[in-house]
Amino acid sequence: MNKTLILLLPLLALAGCSSSSTWGWYVINPLTPSGWVNVKFLISGMGDTILISVIAAAASIILGLIVALPGLAKSRGWRMVNRIYVEFIRSIPLLPMLFWVFYGLPIIFREMGMNVPIDPFWGAIITLALSDSAFTAEIYRAGIQSIAKGQTEAAQTIGLNYLQTMRYVILPQAIRRILPPLANQFIYIVKMSAFASVIGMQELTRRANELVVSEYRPLEIYTLLILEYLVLVLIISAGVRWLERRMGSDERG
Amino acid sequence: MPGNTQPNPDTAPEAAIELAGVNKWYGTFHVLKDINLSVQSGEKVVICGPSGSGKSTVVRCINRLEEHQKGTIRVDGIELTNDPQSVAAIRSEVGMVFQQFNLFPHLTVLENLTLGPIKARGMSKAEAEAKAMHYLERVHIPDQAHKRPGQLSGGQQQRVAIARSLCMEPKVLLFDEPTSALDPEMISEVLDVMVELAEEGMTMVVVTHEMGFARKVADQMVFMDAGEIVEQGPPEEFFGSPRSPRCQKFLSQILQH
Repeated sequence: MNKTLILLLPLLALAGCSSSSTWGWYVINPLTPSGWVNVKFLISGMGDTILISVIAAAASIILGLIVALPGLAKSRGWRMVNRIYVEFIRSIPLLPMLFWVFYGLPIIFREMGMNVPIDPFWGAIITLALSDSAFTAEIYRAGIQSIAKGQTEAAQTIGLNYLQTMRYVILPQAIRRILPPLANQFIYIVKMSAFASVIGMQELTRRANELVVSEYRPLEIYTLLILEYLVLVLIISAGVRWLERRMGSDERG
Repeated sequence: MPGNTQPNPDTAPEAAIELAGVNKWYGTFHVLKDINLSVQSGEKVVICGPSGSGKSTVVRCINRLEEHQKGTIRVDGIELTNDPQSVAAIRSEVGMVFQQFNLFPHLTVLENLTLGPIKARGMSKAEAEAKAMHYLERVHIPDQAHKRPGQLSGGQQQRVAIARSLCMEPKVLLFDEPTSALDPEMISEVLDVMVELAEEGMTMVVVTHEMGFARKVADQMVFMDAGEIVEQGPPEEFFGSPRSPRCQKFLSQILQH
């Protein structure tokens, strides 16, 4: 952390000293009227970034569980379904998948006779959820497998079926182990949502790009952009720690 | 899987549990070899034998925690097959107590006891709780109902586990080394509860090394070694004049102390 700062400072200084460009923090100085307009423009992308990330994360949490369950089955066929999904999805870089979903998927829908337009907002959500679900599925699988086999056996002997065993016995115990890595994935989604800018979604990154084009102040504007993501991630981390503490006390309780 | 899966109507009167020619393999390892065992309703059977002899596996096969590959297992006349319905029907008649208790650590004692009745049997919460309290009194720990398993001693946890299986009102109770994970001073509180159950007429199959308990309650002793039943008979005969050398050796080893 400190090393990064030490490396970064001379760079900033260099940027400031070069003859062709000077510091231009005024572009994002909220105390001047034009600076305030710029800052407002940049920060108002926060809503879409958060909304895309939250919906994509929720979808990925559900999809991941659905994908994880066959991976825990006794039958080799079901486990194969899980492996193929995870390996396939995990190997696709986010940007190509985004292009495929945004430009390609509507054509498939049209060929099937369905009129399902995919706008940048939903295109980004579908891509992020799909791409993340492979990782979420692996997190679930590891978490569920970490619960001792005796728990499943005890649940079976008191007559619970598979879904009841998962719902009332295994998942409530596994969730404490699953939550921290899931939170990591949420942070990953927030950061990867920046790719939505490429298909025209006016979230944080897109707005920064647009402002750089008109103001030509990349250092100052991208610095603010980085700080915006930093604040978002710090808030999420704090929220997760709070949740973990609450669940931890529950177990002792 | 070869064999006739239809229940045979001609085998009345039914034994509570009937194992006939049961074989099981783990890969190429033959764990159970031609196990024949018949347990009448109300009978108490104690299975003993050295570790790795397959005694736990026999008990675990009876409620399909393990699958047998050859032979037939019948519980209360229902044949155990791959059909999920037959498995469910048999599990609803058979309770199980594990060596490691296997209580649900995230639930209170009361919730551990009511989960099965409420979710699997569709009983109302009030009714299930009344039943749970009834059985907690029978195992002498009604005052622990609102604690979590982690706050109880091993002996108390095992008694909760017994109460949990009683809440499903099984016809048969299986015990898989119920006192092996307990500290010595807690063994008797669990055995006392098991003796009480036996006196009330519960059908029990118990895997244990507690020979004092076996002498007191067993109607039938079973000695297993290397996956087969080596000796079988009433306790007086079994302890008094064991026939096979393997059984004599085993008994002399565990009764030494």
